[in-house]
Amino acid sequence: MSAAKRPMVARERGDFDRRNADWYIDRLVQGLVFLGGISAILFIIGIFVFIAKEGLGFVIDTLDLTEFFTSKYWEPSDEEAPEYGILALIAGTASVTGLAMVVAIPFSLGAAVYIGEFATGKTRESLKVLVELLAAIPSVVWGFIGLSIMNPLIIELFDVPVGLNVLNAGIILGLMAAPIMTSIAEDALKAVPDRYREAAEAMGATRWQVIYKVVLPAAKNGLLGAVLLGVGRGFGETMAVLMATGHSVNIPTSIFDSVRALTATIAAELGETAVGSDHYSALFTIGIFLFIITFVINLLADLVVRGVRKG
Amino acid sequence: MVSAQSAAEAGQASPAAQIKIAARDVTISYSGVAALSGVSLEVREHEIFGIIGPANAGKTSFLKALNRMDSFTDGMRVEGDIQFDGVPVSRLRNVYALRKRIGVVFPLPVGLPMTIYDNVALAPRLSGIKDHAELEVIVERCLTRAALWDEVKDRLSSLGSLLSGGQQQRLTIARALSQQPEVLMLDEFSIAVDPVTTMRIEEVLRELRSEMTIIMVTNLVQQAERLADRTAFFLGGECIEVGHSSQMFAGEVRDERTRDYIEGKFG
Repeated sequence: MSAAKRPMVARERGDFDRRNADWYIDRLVQGLVFLGGISAILFIIGIFVFIAKEGLGFVIDTLDLTEFFTSKYWEPSDEEAPEYGILALIAGTASVTGLAMVVAIPFSLGAAVYIGEFATGKTRESLKVLVELLAAIPSVVWGFIGLSIMNPLIIELFDVPVGLNVLNAGIILGLMAAPIMTSIAEDALKAVPDRYREAAEAMGATRWQVIYKVVLPAAKNGLLGAVLLGVGRGFGETMAVLMATGHSVNIPTSIFDSVRALTATIAAELGETAVGSDHYSALFTIGIFLFIITFVINLLADLVVRGVRKG
Repeated sequence: MVSAQSAAEAGQASPAAQIKIAARDVTISYSGVAALSGVSLEVREHEIFGIIGPANAGKTSFLKALNRMDSFTDGMRVEGDIQFDGVPVSRLRNVYALRKRIGVVFPLPVGLPMTIYDNVALAPRLSGIKDHAELEVIVERCLTRAALWDEVKDRLSSLGSLLSGGQQQRLTIARALSQQPEVLMLDEFSIAVDPVTTMRIEEVLRELRSEMTIIMVTNLVQQAERLADRTAFFLGGECIEVGHSSQMFAGEVRDERTRDYIEGKFG
């Protein structure tokens, strides 16, 4: 027996099954982690309960849900017959988000493929840092760009009376969502093991064939998740949209129409309403609606990223 | 029969060696699909116990059940009784204490993303050894035994995950030895290792037998013949037979399927 051998506590045969300090620490940490997870869930439920409490009574007692979803008139300040229809607001949010995705998807996926598959060394590292920096620009700054740069530009280029419209907000929102989408899409590409690329390249496939036939299909779930998170961002974004859409209740017929978004309506009006009034409750109802939509989108994104598909 | 228990048993501590692991009627299923059914066998202290058999025979599942790795695999269910030193592993109060006593080497090498030194010093550190000199001795001894020391002694602080496949496999073996296990389980350890290194590791395993019990799953029939004192033949989720290697590989089998497999007639 070498001197190197550490002195071992004499072990009785079969007497190893004892709980020691490590075991108790393990249990303690497991308990703490469990508490952390549970409290996150409790917070979410708490937020939902708060929003529901403020809006739900109104939904049940006063609000005509059919009118709420199908009327295009949002006239809460009408003294005689205030009307709470959010169809135009939904159309506003949807049109801006839709255009934003048209802008953001090609930009972000293209950037992700370039950073992940083509760029090397310093180019790659600096691009990644730049993308992260872009993602950190506050939304009010984007709104400012929409107001002061995009607005006159659109008026001049397209010869329209107002530059604050679907086009303006869509582009701003698209540029805003693109960095975070790029970042997530690039993570998805990076998660594809190199041996897949090597195996494909060994068959004589070109760079593009490898990406198109092997890498993108393998990263499909992550890429779809990135897109869905972008959509969620679009639905939830408030400040930039408030500043760039023109904020007028309107179902758009062209991209040069001004619109108003669900989120922006809450932000602009909540401060001026009396707590507990119908208008106040109607805004909370919009909040519930937004909450459900973003919840569904995030859930979808989550399921897609995990690759869970039905059927 | 007793007289025929020749060379293989000669190296053992005593003919009536104590039973280290006893499996009785072990059945393993994954989400209801059986992978192993009704396996009963005993592994004796200080022997090299070989498990051979074609793919999907349930060899790896059996190893997983021995050190309770079933908790890592969703849907994996183990029934029957497995005893380690007479203690049923299904009803342990502290499962970590069991795993500390069983070192495992998986088929694909796992160099943890830390330095070579830290890879091997991890288990001793986990059990509370802080003294540098002591750790260094353990690291050198384990790496030497795993036939890796000469290749890495000048770069112990480089990343273990950057070693070649074969080197990582030997690092994995060194790490398994560093916890001073009572049982060493090897699952196809030579899959990513060249023949020369394989031979060196086999030599080390023979030496280790005096200190620990070794269970070795292998696809190479000759490897079991070279190393194992006793060998079990698994086929399609059943343990067909367990016998002394010297007899089994000499053709003294109880089941014709064992002979066919050993002679390479199927598999």
